[in-house]
Formats: sequence, structure tokens, C-alpha cells
Amino acid sequence: MSHDVPTRTGPDQHSPGFHRRDFLKGSGAAVAATAMATAGDDARAQVAPKKISTSAPQKIKLNVNGQERELTVEPRVTLMDALRNDLNLTACKDVCDRAVCGACTVHIDGKPVLACTRLAIEFTGQKIVTAEALMTPTKTDAVIDAFVKHDGMQCGFCTPGFVMAVRGFCNSHPNATVDDCRKGLGGNICRCGTYDSVLKAAYEVAQTKKGGA
Amino acid sequence: MRPFEYARPETEAEAIEFLNDHGGQTAVLAGGTDLLNLLKADVVTTQRVVDIKHVPSFHEVVPEQGGVKIGALVTLEELHDHPLLAEYRSLLDVIDGVRAIQIQSSGTLAGDLCHHPNCWYYRNGYGLLALEKGESLVTSGDNRYHAVFGNQGPAKFVSASRFAPGLIAWGAKVRVIGPQPTEAEWVPLEYFFITPRTNQQGTTILKPGQMISHVWLPDPGVTRSATYEVLQLEGLDWPLAAAAACLQIEGGTVRQARLVMGHVAPVPWIASDAARWLVGQSVNEETAGMAADMAVSRATPLSQNEYKVQLARTAVKRAILKAAGLLTMEGA
Repeated sequence: MSHDVPTRTGPDQHSPGFHRRDFLKGSGAAVAATAMATAGDDARAQVAPKKISTSAPQKIKLNVNGQERELTVEPRVTLMDALRNDLNLTACKDVCDRAVCGACTVHIDGKPVLACTRLAIEFTGQKIVTAEALMTPTKTDAVIDAFVKHDGMQCGFCTPGFVMAVRGFCNSHPNATVDDCRKGLGGNICRCGTYDSVLKAAYEVAQTKKGGA
Repeated sequence: MRPFEYARPETEAEAIEFLNDHGGQTAVLAGGTDLLNLLKADVVTTQRVVDIKHVPSFHEVVPEQGGVKIGALVTLEELHDHPLLAEYRSLLDVIDGVRAIQIQSSGTLAGDLCHHPNCWYYRNGYGLLALEKGESLVTSGDNRYHAVFGNQGPAKFVSASRFAPGLIAWGAKVRVIGPQPTEAEWVPLEYFFITPRTNQQGTTILKPGQMISHVWLPDPGVTRSATYEVLQLEGLDWPLAAAAACLQIEGGTVRQARLVMGHVAPVPWIASDAARWLVGQSVNEETAGMAADMAVSRATPLSQNEYKVQLARTAVKRAILKAAGLLTMEGA
């Protein structure tokens, strides 16, 4: 877990002495080291993704927000669930879980996709970016600034998905009109009805061609 | 979702091989927007998903035999921006109507053709035919989005494919591969869809272990096309009715015409009488309206969907006018 991305449980801040978590981390590494030493085939198998993975939990590597993350998930685990439950990246929101609301939007290789209807195991070797990456201690994406300026949220639950959709849309549609924005962003639903403000924000970012993550 | 295996083939033959394990109890995974929903709802069960995205030939768009061959996995976004496809207006119209950048970047051409019906009885586990004790739940139930054509048999759902009307009007073919690793056959798209008589028959000719690898379209030549979809929402939505027209107009007179309706029957519904009548006419408000009347004259609406007949009529009329370049204002 990166230091600048808060986890759901929060980072270990005061940890003098011996902790269960440290023990588990340490013993895991020891087991991994043994496995590396004795089973060269397994090590190679991890370099190229396996052609057939069983339904049992699989060790996979995902490149999320620029970091290589290793996790163990069953093939049936969606990218959304892996991000939220295994990597604590909860900006990817679980709302409809049926590819109709847009709240789980993340970027895969720069394109906005719905993480609820993709499997985590599909994306080994591709670049995944979540809304967490749009704001670091040193840099804030222009889309976030535009949302703040135009008051593009009320309850905020749809906002991370909307922000990722707007970012993806503006990357591929510079100079888009308000109507273009409305059509491109029709896959994101806001139950508070802040569409007008979101469209203003999207239009501004598209027109000023402000790049981002 | 129930547990399943995950396979990642790298060639067409490997994809077919992986699909045929487990006695064909497998599923093709492309963009995932339909399959994952079906798996979550337990409407489809599978021993293995075969992720075909790593087979290079499924991504290609290449000229072939007086036309263009499009890989099964070409996304809506890629279709929209490809120079070889710029003249197939009826396909671009559909993409413009899919108002979500996420679906445009994930959704695939063959995924649309294989999309399962959106019938709410089917999606809630009552089967394709939605029968309970031999009686149709659709006939007596909420059938506002169901078929107004081809609904005299047990199937009352509507075909979900948005590209099929436009593709069929163009005379598209699909390349079906499997179940043998080297087996491949080109099938005219209009024969690809079937109206099932049982819950097990499915909505296409695809058998277990088979899949679409490519779609072929003839060169556009002077033919002009359009699709008109009647959408209820401004956002992401499925059409209530749609129609595609392919017209060859010379000297102001229609020389060839193909009209196909979508979302009105269990299969894309070809309006051959109306198209035949249109040949020899000049396209204007009146002739387009008459062809549209003809296209819907034999509709058999259910208890709650008579309004769809009028929507289908409007879709046909506007598709004809749009293909002829006479529908200037959207929604006119």
C-alpha cells in the first residue's frame, strides 16, 4: 500500500513491538523464498500468464496506479471487487454491479471501463488507474478542480466514477461540445441529479484541453 | 457468481480447443458487459470463461474479397474511428446512440450480435420463453417491451442486437468457427439468428464450442445507409424500436433497397415487401411513410405494446429519409 493512498482500515501508525500483521508478512515472504528456491517452473509460470487457470485462487500481478500489486483472487472475482476488497482502493464504487451506472469506472490502458463487469484476472500486464491516482499530495487533476469549481457533486457517491469517465472522455474528445459531453457521459448515473454541473465541469476540461493522469 | 476456470488462448484454434473442453460448458469472454451480468444473475452457468482478447486476428479490420473483414473483438470506439468503415453510416449511427464512453471502449461487434435478450423474465430466471406451467408469462404479464412481430410462437422477447439490422441490410456475413479447431464457415447474418421453440435453443445458430471470429461487409459502393433508433432516455439505454435502411439511389430513383427492423421481434425483422415497393420510387416524406406503413402492416402487438408498432413505423420512415440524406434534423 502506497503511503499517500489511505486504506480503509488506515495504515499502521503506531506499531512498536511485534504485530500479527508483521508476522504474517514475514512468514509469507519466507514461504515464497522457499518456493522460489525449489520450484523454478512456478517462477517461470508467473512471468507469462497461464493459459488455463483453475477456479481456485490464483496469484496475479496487477499494475495499479503505477505500482505492481500482487494479489490472490479466484478467476470469478471482478476487477471492482479486487480493487475494493483486496487493494483497499474504494474510489471504485460498487453501486449497480450490472454495468449500467458508471460508478465503478476506472481506466485500463487509458480507456474508461466499468470494473464491475470485468474480471481482475483479465488485466495482468495492463495499466489500471483508479480515481485515487488523480489526486496526490503534489498534484490535483484538472477534472477534480473543475468539479470543485462547478459544484459537480451532492452526496458524492457517483463522483469518483464520474470523474474517471470525464477524464477518459476529455482525453479522447478534446474540444467536445456540451452535447458531445452529454452523449459520452450517458453511462454515469447521479441520483442527486447534478448532471448540469458535471457537464459544465466536463465541458470546461474538454475545452481547455487540460491533461491529466 | 459461481466459480469457473479462466482460459486465455492466443490463436483461433486454441480458442476453439479451450471452448470445447468440459463438454462445451464454456463461455466466450470479450468485453464482459453482458456475460458477467448473466453469470451474476445465474442465468448462464459455465465451467470456464475463455478470454479471447489475446487472439490477434479477432482485433483486425482488413480489406477482403470486395469488402472489409472486421474481427469479432473490434470495439465500438474502434469501429467508429476506422477509415475503412467510414461509409457504413448505419453502423456509425448505432455507435452514436450508445451513450456511454465505457461501453464504447469495451463493447465489441460480435458481443453485440451475441447479446442475450434483455427480456426481464429471461433475466430473472424464467427462461428464454418465460413459461410457467406451459403458459407464457409474457402474454399475460408486463410485455411493454416485447415483440410486435414473430411473436405467435412461444418466444416473445426481442433480439437485443443493435448492429444486426444495419449489418443485415448491408448483406453482412459472419464467420463461425468451431467446434473442430480448423472448422470455419461464412454464414449470411440474416440466417445467424433463430427464434427458439424451446428454452435450450438459444437465439443464434451457434452450438457449444462455436463462436463468431469475424464479420464481413461488402464494399459500400454508391449504397447509402442509416439506422434510426427510438431511445427513451438521453443516457445509456436500449432502443424501443429501430430500423436500418440501405438504399441505392440513381437519378433520384431507388434502384435497390433493404430495410431491417430491430428490437421488434425475437430476430432482426426484415421488411422485404416494403423494400421491394420502394424500388422505383423517389424518396420523400410520402414514399418513406408508405414504405413504413407497409413494413408494420402485419404487426401482432401484445396486450401492452401496441405503441411499439407506431415507433417501428417511425423508425423505418426516418431510417429511409436519413439514408437518402433527407432527415436533416435529429428527431424531425
